[in-house]
This record gives sequence, structure tokens and C-alpha cells, in this order.
Amino acid sequence: MDILTLFIIVPIITIIALVFSKGLERSRLVSMIGSIIQLGMAINLIFAYFKERAVNTDIMVFTKDLVWFKSFNIHYNIGVDGISVALILLTAIVVLAGVFISWKTSELPKEFFISLIVLSLGVYGVFISIDLFTLFVFFEIAVIPMYLLIGIWGSGPREYSAMKLTLMLMGASAVLLVGILGIYFNSNADGGALTFNILDIAQVHIPLAAQKLFFPFVFIGFAVISALFPFHTWSPDGHASAPTAVSMLHAGVLMKLGGYGVFRVAMFLLPAGALHWSWFFIILAAIGVVYGAFSAIRQTDLKYINAYASVSHLGLVLFALLTLNKIAWNGAIIQSLSHGLLTALFFALIGMIYGRTHTRDITKLGGMMKILPFIGAIYVITGLAYLGLPGFSGFVAEMNIFVGAFQQNADTFNRVLTILVVSSIVVTSVYILRLVGKIMMGPLETNDVSDLPKATWYEKTGILLLMLPVIGIGVAPFWLSEMIMKSLEPFIQGVL
Amino acid sequence: MIAGISIYEILTVTSILFFIGIYGFITRKNLISVLISIELILNASVINFVVLNKYLYPDMLQGVIFSIFIIAVAAAETALAVSIIINLYRQISSVEVKDTEVMKY
Amino acid sequence: MNISYIVLIPLVPLAVFLLLGLNSQKIKPAISGYIGVLGLSVSAALSFYTAYQYFLVDGKVDGVYQTFVNKSVWMNFTDTLHIDMGILIDPISVMMLVIVSIVSLMVHIYSRGYMKGDDGYTRFFSFLSLFTFSMYGLVLATNLFQIYIFWELVGVSSFLLIGYYYTKPSAVSAAKKAFIVTRFADLGFLIGILIMGYFAGSYDFETLNNPEGSVILNWASTSFMGLSAITWALILIFMGGAGKSAMFPLHIWLPDAMEGPTPVSALIHAATMVVAGVFLVARLFPMFYFVENGFALNIVAYVGAFSALFAAIIAITQTDIKRVLAFSTMSQLGYMMLALGVSGYDGHEGVGYMASMFHLFTHAMFKALLFLGAGSVIHAVHSNYLKDMGGLRKYMPITNITFLIAALAIAGVPPFAGFWSKDEILVAAFEHNKLIYYIGVFVAGLTAFYMFRIYFGIFWGKDKTYEHTPHESPLSMTIPLMFLAVLSIVGGFIPFSEFITPDGAGFEAHLNYPLAAIATGVGLIGIVLAWMFYKNENSLSDRFALAFGPFYKWASDKFYFDEIYLFITKKIIFNLISAPIAKFDKRYVDGTMEGIGNKTVLLSDKIKGLQSGKFQDYAFSFVMGAVIIALVFIYLWTN
Repeated sequence: MDILTLFIIVPIITIIALVFSKGLERSRLVSMIGSIIQLGMAINLIFAYFKERAVNTDIMVFTKDLVWFKSFNIHYNIGVDGISVALILLTAIVVLAGVFISWKTSELPKEFFISLIVLSLGVYGVFISIDLFTLFVFFEIAVIPMYLLIGIWGSGPREYSAMKLTLMLMGASAVLLVGILGIYFNSNADGGALTFNILDIAQVHIPLAAQKLFFPFVFIGFAVISALFPFHTWSPDGHASAPTAVSMLHAGVLMKLGGYGVFRVAMFLLPAGALHWSWFFIILAAIGVVYGAFSAIRQTDLKYINAYASVSHLGLVLFALLTLNKIAWNGAIIQSLSHGLLTALFFALIGMIYGRTHTRDITKLGGMMKILPFIGAIYVITGLAYLGLPGFSGFVAEMNIFVGAFQQNADTFNRVLTILVVSSIVVTSVYILRLVGKIMMGPLETNDVSDLPKATWYEKTGILLLMLPVIGIGVAPFWLSEMIMKSLEPFIQGVL
Repeated sequence: MIAGISIYEILTVTSILFFIGIYGFITRKNLISVLISIELILNASVINFVVLNKYLYPDMLQGVIFSIFIIAVAAAETALAVSIIINLYRQISSVEVKDTEVMKY
Repeated sequence: MNISYIVLIPLVPLAVFLLLGLNSQKIKPAISGYIGVLGLSVSAALSFYTAYQYFLVDGKVDGVYQTFVNKSVWMNFTDTLHIDMGILIDPISVMMLVIVSIVSLMVHIYSRGYMKGDDGYTRFFSFLSLFTFSMYGLVLATNLFQIYIFWELVGVSSFLLIGYYYTKPSAVSAAKKAFIVTRFADLGFLIGILIMGYFAGSYDFETLNNPEGSVILNWASTSFMGLSAITWALILIFMGGAGKSAMFPLHIWLPDAMEGPTPVSALIHAATMVVAGVFLVARLFPMFYFVENGFALNIVAYVGAFSALFAAIIAITQTDIKRVLAFSTMSQLGYMMLALGVSGYDGHEGVGYMASMFHLFTHAMFKALLFLGAGSVIHAVHSNYLKDMGGLRKYMPITNITFLIAALAIAGVPPFAGFWSKDEILVAAFEHNKLIYYIGVFVAGLTAFYMFRIYFGIFWGKDKTYEHTPHESPLSMTIPLMFLAVLSIVGGFIPFSEFITPDGAGFEAHLNYPLAAIATGVGLIGIVLAWMFYKNENSLSDRFALAFGPFYKWASDKFYFDEIYLFITKKIIFNLISAPIAKFDKRYVDGTMEGIGNKTVLLSDKIKGLQSGKFQDYAFSFVMGAVIIALVFIYLWTN
């Protein structure tokens, strides 16, 4: 079995094992083992990748090609580069942490974990696909379980949120499908057969008119899931209603598919379209960055604050991608990783606080540090990392993005946008400190609690699992940055 | 070959029969009447089979045999339909068309 | 010169921070205090050794102090543009190492007494170590990005330490304010770095600062809105420095930062972190001086002079002794800035630069002493307010004497340390810019006045009766006081001009007697006035306050800058930007999406009637459809 297909097989085996397991204890054990194996494979993949990269200079390594649908030339075609390897590791970490955080799921535990694993299966599939059609299929597989996860295990107006989220993402998928088919039917522009293979299409000179026509479809199709302004409204409601682990996975991993898709499909296959449209979408992305940050200031629900913060931070990813600069792209990928870890951390912590105090209203919380020292300390650290403190991954990502954006766009329009985006770091610190100051510091607010249960071992494990890479990337970004930069090389050549 | 009667007259009669059936199918208020209308449509087509066979290929029998098939199928279908109607009657105590509109939206 | 061991200086406090921070629940307070002091002693010893090696043994080549760099790449942007981590040894970084070591060590020792019995004792020491690590990293930085990284880290340590009493709402809001205001300033810093990275193509101080280097020589090749892009970068970088050094108008966080424990105020908000801004300008001094003929440096001078004056006026009216000291710090930082602003580059021209660093050094000593003394007083009377104090000289002799020494030093009375450094600053100002010189002299008088106002207020004045008789602080607190007092006396005799000059060559400084006499005279006038007003309780001061009327009121309300900022943040950002955006999001952006959904439902409602459930309707449509299609086909065929 090759190293990548395992990422499809292991989740499937986990799902089958889950089907035959009864009760919470058995199912969480099975999913924990499954996720630990996934994490092990992801770590192994990193090492294998480095080893392979030393001798193999192809864009993608570990490739495998099986014909799936002969008549349309659809293949099960897989392979990875440094970017997908990093994102796969992120996914494995967040999934395992998510399993730990859902340790006490009481309602339909088996079905919950199955949906969680299906989601991760779809995400892995997207990251390893080279075939556009396969990629799209996995993309859909990743999105569908969200509906069930929010609709069944959610809280508050969960049916509404689940419906809204699913409909908006499905709408985006429809747009995306148009774009993908547009690429497909132009993939024989230089002669030859129609193909879905990304690497082959990249060699084809798709006519300029087609690129201009289909770029917005592909871009919007992917960017909606990264909460591109003004298509972000599914995200706050969805996050607010979703159970903790789902918010973690959703904000941490699923929303990264948008940036990944924009990068892998829209930018790579339609470079001329990207050049043509970037001025327009970069404005939307920049608005999203600032707008999300300002919106977050006024929210009172912890999850809403984080959802808007995600709009802001993922706007930064899209912004960086649209600057069409290698450094900024590197920053965008690192930001995807960093935001994935940090936002998962945040949602996990919110889940813990909510589980203990039964409120997410920040006006009703205060001085939690005194009674929950571990959670409080991690919360403060996460907040500081989130606002881009050096020593944590967020700083590395942001600096790459800012430097890159500044290097690339020498005209005043882009400069002004860049400075606008840079200024969001101040707004970010305002809402983060407001949050930290209100709920962790200050006098104890919740009247009936003076003693809450301390963090348990599985919560601590989940938290540390997410925290360590954040610090790791922040302290020693060199290797990661190099790995991604090398993989960016062929992509940036396509655009320039 | 019936003397003095051309195929057109017979086809006209069957067409009239067919459209009477259609009309009845659409307008009758009673399910049994609707079923009878269906029988009319089927009969029109049976006659068409026989007539066309007789006039076009007088030395062959396929059309006649087909008509026997259709009669058999129609009988089976009627039995089925009547049983549905009877079941429906047990459920809602009515065989009126207007009462059978639950299968919508 | 071998500089590889210097990397240990920041790493030891980092190790202490990790050790204490990760085990803050487990380690006993007594032990954590010792670990902190011990760790810092190692760093301090190494710093002193470095200073000795550098200044006296092998730092000089051909009579010029060399710059030693040891660095490695931390993150690559492009082949030429990268962030390095490393250590840079030159006169000012070695001097800063010494300052940080002395003050931090004293504060560590002092805190063992001051914080005794506090809940978060271990946490306190771990934060102190974090701060010390960051500060060492900052002064040793080899490039703009490294300095920015540690700049943020000292900012966050400051945030954590100001908010140390995190259950107190005022401490929390002060911490937030400090962080956000400096963060806003850092935004300027960051944009400045980005501009610099693009136009100069490097972040390295060596490349940037080289007077014969391409960056300085080619500053005119780029322009933006009438100024060189490099000048804009420098102005923006200075904005960062101004934020950290509490220059007007970014000063508002410093007085509030006094909510932190007093040792923290002494370490961070008086002696070390707040001078980072001055250090930054000094670090980039060749650029400030040469690019655009010192345009940015003039801004530094005027901002510094104005801040010095502004803060000194406010300091006179404050009644919280820590706030007086905070405004005094701001005023003295303004002094250092203005000294840099009026400095030249070569030989004796560089006297302003030298004086600024000199003052930075002496100020660190006597201001730390003042704060620690104030802490000792606060520890004794449990209040920050002047009205609760008086006549303490009888109860606290050591604190009294050391405080007096520090006050004399800051007032510029010979032979105390402040006299020498202040004199050099005034000489530099006199030679370059008369207006700034007059401001400087006036501020010197004000400084002497407000400092002796609180001195007399605390230790003389009315004899108060105290609920608990105040007593002298324990030895762990008075030893640092005495040590710093000694330094405040002898610090001025260090021949700074030999060691620290912009070009590294050194020159011989002479006392300018007329100017020194004027400055001392003004200082003495201030002291005498304070003596008349406050030595014994009398109504003179109130009458004067009345005479100034509204002006006094403005000054005591800090010219309403807090209110202005509050207005901007609360009214404008929160209510006029954030709230409308949040509402806009709910009503229009989300509304549009909802609208699309609702319209779809409506449309479906409209057309669902077609699916009536009556099979006869379906049959009718079917037949009609068949008929129409038949007609169409017949029509097509017949034509």
C-alpha cells in the first residue's frame, strides 16, 4: 500500500471499526487509535517526504495514477508536495485533538465520531489529489458531514445554522464545479485529450478568455469556504452552533481547503486569470481582514468573536495569495497552519469554559484565571499567539505575508491596501486583549462558581498537542519555511 | 377487408374512442369511471392493432396476437387498479378523485 | 574578540523563565526567588565581564571601538532578505547589557523582600526573567527584525507584569492600555521596517548604518510625498520608539502602567524597557543623521524636547508619587531623545549622542533608585498618595538618604551622576539649537522642583500619625537601594565620552563651566522653591495652584489626553466603526444571503401548486403537452 492511499484507507478502516463498536468508551477509543495512527502516518510522511525530496525533483512526489472513469479521463491520481504534507500534518493533529476534546460526547457517540472521521477522510483526500475531479469529490465529502455534525450535535439554532452553512457551501460548490468543468473543457487547448490532471493542465496554455472567464468561478467557489467577504456569514452562525470538536475541525482544517484550493487550482491553472482579477479580489480580501477584526470587537459571544477573527485571519491568507508573491504565499501557507492550530486551540478552550460555566457570554464571565489556572494560562498564551506575538507561529506567518506583500506590489494602490491590512494587527490586539482582560482577568464574575473542575488529562493532551507545533513553528520557522518555499517554486513560475 | 369501409373510417372511430377515453380520464370524478376510461383507451388501441394488421399485412397475425396480449395486460392492470381503489376506499371511504390528492408537494 | 559566550546572557534568564513558568504551581516561593536571583547573577557577571573585555581589553582596533557580530539565519524571505538571530556587540549594546544587568539584578533582590507572601510569587519571578531575557535580546539585536521581535516580547512582558494583580480591574485596563498603545506605535515601527526592507534591501544594522554604505549614500534615490522613502521609514520607526519611550502623544500608557508592582515600575517603566525607544534611535543613529540631512533626527529632537517639557509640567501637579515618577521618567526620556536629536556624528560633534547614552545610564540608576525608594515607602505606609505621607525621615532613615541622593542626582546637583550627563546634554543642545537648549534648562528647573516636592512631601512636611508605625524595609530591599545610591553618586565620573560615541573613536569631554553653572543654578532654584513650598506645611503651594487657575487644573488632569484617547477608542472606534460594522454585517451582508434563501423559498411556494397531487391534472398537462409537441412536429414537417 502506498504511503498516501493509507490516508484514505485508515480512516475508512476506522469508520468500519466504529460501526461495529458500541457505546461511548469503545467508540472514542477506536477513534483515538485511528487518529493516533493518522498522526503517526503524517509525521512519518514528513520524514519520508524529506528523504524523497532529496532525490526527486518533481513537483509532486509519491505519485500514483489509477484510471477511475475512463470515458471522462478521470483518474484517482495522488501525490504530495511540501505544502500538502504540512497541511496533512495539521489535519492529523487537529483531528486527534478534536477526538480528545470530544471525550465526553454523550449523545450518539458512535455516529459523532464516524462523521468526524469522514470529515477528516475528505480533507486528506483533497490534500493528496492531483486530479481535479477527485479533488472535488473529496471536497464534497469533507463538507457534507458538517451538516450532520452541526444539525445533530449542535446547540442553539442548530438546524438553521447547519442549513445555512450547507446551503452556502453547496452554492459555492456549484460555482466551483462550473469553474472546474470550464478548466476541463479547455484542457485540450494545445491538442491532446481532455484531462482533469492538474499537473498536465498546468502545462497547457488555456486561452486567455477562458482563464478570465473561469477564474472568478474557481476562486469564489473555493474562497467561500475560507469565509471571503461578503460570503462569510455562514461561518459565525455555523461556529456558534457547532459542537466544540466540530468548530475546531471546521475552522482549523476545513476552512483551510479554501485557501489551498485557490492556490492549487485557481492560481496554478489559471495564472493569467489570477493576474487579471487579483486587483478586485484583493480588495475583498483586504476588506475581509479589517472588517472581520472590527466586527469581532463588538461581539459578546465567545464563538462569534472567534468566528469573526477567523474571517479576518483567513482574509489574510486570501490576501497573501492574491498578492502573487512567493514570500507572501509562503506566509499564506504558514498562516493556514498557524491559524488552524490557534483557532482550534481557541475553540477547544471555549468548549472547556462553556462546559464548566454553561455560558459563552463574555459579559457573564470574568476572573477565570483564578479558578481555572491551566485553562486561563493557555488561553492567555493562545490569545497572545493569535495577535501575532513573536515566538509563536502567527508572527512568522504574518511577517512573511507583510514582507511579501510589500515586496511585490510597487504601486500605491497595493501599498495602501497592504498598510491597511498591516494595521489590522492593532485591531486584533484590541479584541484579543478585551477578551483576555474580560474573561480571564479582572474580578470573578460568575457568582455561583468558586470551584470548577480542573482541566482533565484528555483536555490537557488535546491542548498541548495543538500548542506545541504553534511554539515550534514560532521559534524555529526555518525548516518549515524552506520546505514550503521549495514547493512554491513551480507555482510561482506559472504566475509570473 | 370489409367492403365499403375504408381504413380511414375505422381509424376515425378508434381515434374518437381514444379521445373519449382521454377526456373521461381527465374529467371523470369517480375512480371507477376513470378506470373505465382507461379501458376505452386500451380498446381503441386494440382495435387499431387489429385493423392495421388486417389492412396492411393481411396474411400475418402479429397484430391480432398483440391485441390479445393487451387485453390480458389490461385485465391484470384493472385488477391491480381495482384492488388499489378498494384499499383506498377502506382508508378514506371514498372513490372520488378529489379525495386522493395527498401525494403532492 | 571572542563573543560566543555572550549568547548565554539572554539564554540564562530564558531558562529560568521556562523553569519557573512551567512549574509555577510546584516550586516553593522561597526557592523560586533564589533561582531568579541566581540566574540573573550569572547573566550579570557575564555582562560585566563582557563590558570589561570590550571597553578595556580588546574592543578597540586602531583607537576605534569595533562592532562584533555573530548571527545565523532564522528565516529566509529571499536570498538577500532574511531575518537573522544573533548578537551584536558595540559600545551601546554593551552599555545596555550592563544597565539591564544592574537594574534587573537589584530589582530581583529587592522583589524578594517586596513581594514576600504574595500569591503569585513564582509567577512574578518567571515574568521578570522573561522580561530580562527579552530585554537582553533587544539590546543585542543584529537587525531591525530581531529588534522588533524582542520589542514585542518586552511589550508582552510589560503587559503581563502591569497586569500582575490581574483581579484588579484598574491593573487589567492599564495593562491593556499599555499593550494596545505600544502596539499601535509598533504598527508604525513595522511599516517602517517593511519600507526599509524594500527600499534598503536589508534589515542588518551593519549594512544600514554604514556611513559609506549604499543605503545611506543612495537615500535620495527614492521619494514619496516630498521626502525620501528612507526618511519615511525612519520616521515610522521612530514612531515605534516613541511609543515604547512614552513620547508625546503616545505617552498615555506610562502613568497608568504604575498599576504594576513597584519593582516592575522600577525595572521596566523607568530604567530599561522605556529606554528602548532611545536605544532604537541611537542604534540607527547614522541613518537618522545622514539620511535627508537629519530630517528625521530633527523630529526626534522636537518630539523629545516637547515631551520633556510637557511631562515635567504635569509631574508638578500629580499627587500619586508613582505617577510623579512616571511623568518624570517621560520627561527624562524626552531629554535623552532631544540629546540624540541635536547630536552630530564625528568626534566632538557626537557629544549629544554620547550625552544621551550617558544620561540613559545615569537615569537608569537614579530612577530605579527613586522607584525602589518609593516602593519602600509604599510598602511602609500602604498608599501611593502624597497626602498619606509625611515626616517619614524618622522612620525610614536609609530610604530617606538614598531617595535624597537620587533626587539630587536627577536635579543635576554636582557631583551626583545626573549633573554630569545633564550638563553634556545641555552643552550639545546649546551648540546646535538654542530653542531646545532653553527648553532643556527650564525643564531642569522643573525637574528639581517636582522631585523635591515629593521628597519633602514624603520625608518632611507635616508629621502624620500612622495607624501602623512605618518601619524601615528589610535588608533585601535596602541593599539594592544602597547599591544604586552609590552608583548614583559615582556614576557620573565614568568617562563616557571615551567609550561611547557615534563613530566609536572617543573624545575627551570637558565641563563647560558657564553652562554647568547655569544648569546647576536653575536646579538649585527649583530645590529652594520646593523647600519653601513643601518643607513645612504651608499654604504657599495652594495659593500658587490657585494663581495658575485653569492651567493648573489642565495639568493635573494631564491635559485631558486620556479623555481624548478614550473618546477616540470608545466613541469612534467602538461606537462609530465597530458597532455599525457589526450591524451592517447582521443586517445587510447576512441579510442578503438570508434574502436569497427566503426568496428561493417564496418562489418554490409559488410554483409548488403545479404539483397538486391530482393525477388528472398531470394527465391533462401530459396530453396537452403531447398535443402541442405533435402540432409543432406536424407544422415543422409540413413546411
